[in-house]
Amino acid sequence: MQKRLANWGNYPAVASDESVFTQEEQLREYVVANSHMIARGNGRCYGDASLGKHSISMLKYDKMLAFDTTNGIIDLQAGVTLDQVLDIIVPRGWFLPVTPGTKYITIGGAVASDVHGKNHHVDGAFSGHIIDMDVLTGSGNTICCSATQHPDLFWATCGGMGLTGVITRVKFSLKKISTAYINQTQLKAKNLDEVLRLFDEYKHYTYSMAWIDCLQKGDSFGRSILIVGEHATPEELNAEQKKAPLTLPAKRKLTLPFNLPSFALNTFTVKAFNWLYYGKNYKKVMHKVIPYEPFFYPLDAILHWNRGYGKAGFVQYQFVVSLEQKAGLIAILQRISDKGWGSFLAVLKVFGKQESLISFPMEGYTLALDFPIRKGLFEFLDELDEIVLQYGGRLYLSKDARMKQEIFWNSYPNAGKFADIVKQYNSNNRFESLQSERLLLTK
Amino acid sequence: MAVAIARKFASEKYDIQLAGRHTAALQPQQQDLQVRYGVTATTHAFDATDFNSHAAFYAALPVQPDITICVFGLLGDQEKAQQNWQEAAAIINTNYTGAVSILNVVAESYAAKKQGTIIGISSVAGERGRQSNYIYGSAKAGFTAYLSGLRNRLFRSGVHVMSVQPGFVNTRMTQHLTLPPLLTAQPEAVARAVFSASKKRKNVLYVKWHWKYIMLIIKSIPEGIFKKLSL
Repeated sequence: MQKRLANWGNYPAVASDESVFTQEEQLREYVVANSHMIARGNGRCYGDASLGKHSISMLKYDKMLAFDTTNGIIDLQAGVTLDQVLDIIVPRGWFLPVTPGTKYITIGGAVASDVHGKNHHVDGAFSGHIIDMDVLTGSGNTICCSATQHPDLFWATCGGMGLTGVITRVKFSLKKISTAYINQTQLKAKNLDEVLRLFDEYKHYTYSMAWIDCLQKGDSFGRSILIVGEHATPEELNAEQKKAPLTLPAKRKLTLPFNLPSFALNTFTVKAFNWLYYGKNYKKVMHKVIPYEPFFYPLDAILHWNRGYGKAGFVQYQFVVSLEQKAGLIAILQRISDKGWGSFLAVLKVFGKQESLISFPMEGYTLALDFPIRKGLFEFLDELDEIVLQYGGRLYLSKDARMKQEIFWNSYPNAGKFADIVKQYNSNNRFESLQSERLLLTK
Repeated sequence: MAVAIARKFASEKYDIQLAGRHTAALQPQQQDLQVRYGVTATTHAFDATDFNSHAAFYAALPVQPDITICVFGLLGDQEKAQQNWQEAAAIINTNYTGAVSILNVVAESYAAKKQGTIIGISSVAGERGRQSNYIYGSAKAGFTAYLSGLRNRLFRSGVHVMSVQPGFVNTRMTQHLTLPPLLTAQPEAVARAVFSASKKRKNVLYVKWHWKYIMLIIKSIPEGIFKKLSL
């Protein structure tokens, strides 16, 4: 059915013919009979990676196939979303090995983006926890792959944005937990140097990330709040929480029912940050034990928060530069701060080492922030891209809706090798997204 | 819709027996019910149009179900069915004859035991024949009448029969159609409605309340006018 589709940034919005599948055989018939298709999960990536002429909606391909509660291994069809997984695994004492900042993504999407979380410096990206997975390739064959079985297909599928085929099943290992709570510490940092020093000082914590204020200048340039955490032990819970350590208290969801004028979200985040930063009784270091949801998914509490950016939508900009290129991080942040077009808040995180073919993370600093769509924005982002490239960094494809192809090819060292593997499994360019067309990955 | 209904009942701790033509295709669904809800789920080969097999199918079930939910259906192609008897027969045999055949078997068993619930998913399309889908509609009309007669007969033996008129539902059957959002239910909403209505032993369930009144209006249009409309 023809539909108007857009991802989380509401940019771009395109007409696409969407098909829904519940059975592998139906999907296979469709794949071998069509071209210009791209698999699509819950539409929570920010760019155009899952938009194409024909979209294959995987949301109804959502059966949980097996859950080994003793060893913490789960086997799922690719359309299951992380929130559904959490509902099943947390009460049994298990947690996702890696989770991004929203739980409303599918497992297939998690693999195609090779998502990272606050624990990247300790646990790596999602791909490191996959036992094996099935990919329905352009020939119509379903191939089971892993780090040792068809490794070329495996590594080109992790972070490969759906170009090797449709991910249909993923089996992965979970992380053992004894409570559904996080023992969180928040630290105020008065500038960028201090927050980077704190990242290092707190690097033994499993989870860490910082909210950084992009508008401060001079001595306060890069003032931040670093948030670190560990899964709480039963002893750390209060009396109420101890009654059911693996169950979260029920709560209501808020939603934004319509698009807000585009200045609204920034005003809101400015207030929220200032409240955290200057709030009364707010100490330099604060400890508390909180449910896992507000720790990992603070924005999920407001459904459709993306509408806060108005009808024109926004793009998210996320780059990484290596640890040696701190100057690059400063230079880019400086440009963003001078321009003042970005969201007031950005997320800063230090990645650990990762071997990969085409995944985004590499050891270094990563910064992510939103830019509401406006005149001149893309020219400005092109300038930022040049600086990122100059410092040997790269951009996250899951957030990308506008990068020029030469930036991609020059910043991803394995781009050529990746494109060769894609050609091998994606016969006749059956799988193609707006992004892969733009980046000349399917030509 | 069958998936959503099975999940809803499983989430309420009912064990589930899934019956369908291809048991291999039902297997992921069976595993899903077990993993998500910790209930026992099994799969059983069943072909709605293989009438002669129905008695043996039911007798061979490992457990006699407390609730039988008849969810199968075939929309078919109206234009094709006007010219091609095979298409018309497939629509009639799936939606009407097949449903009657299996529910006759179930009804006898429930009547003898004096307990049980039968839920039939019929359609608002059965409430008045329209040029755009009267083959499907007439089969569903027959099914609706069957369910109402069965309810009447089994009432005294304590067996409950519920007819469900879902209206438009967002399923694979309708994915190529453009449906009015206000009148279209998600399968999960249908499942929730079916579950709570069956608990309350409702007789007829319209999933979206608008449909009850829309069909009242459609049914009250005089035939002389109705025949000139293109609905």
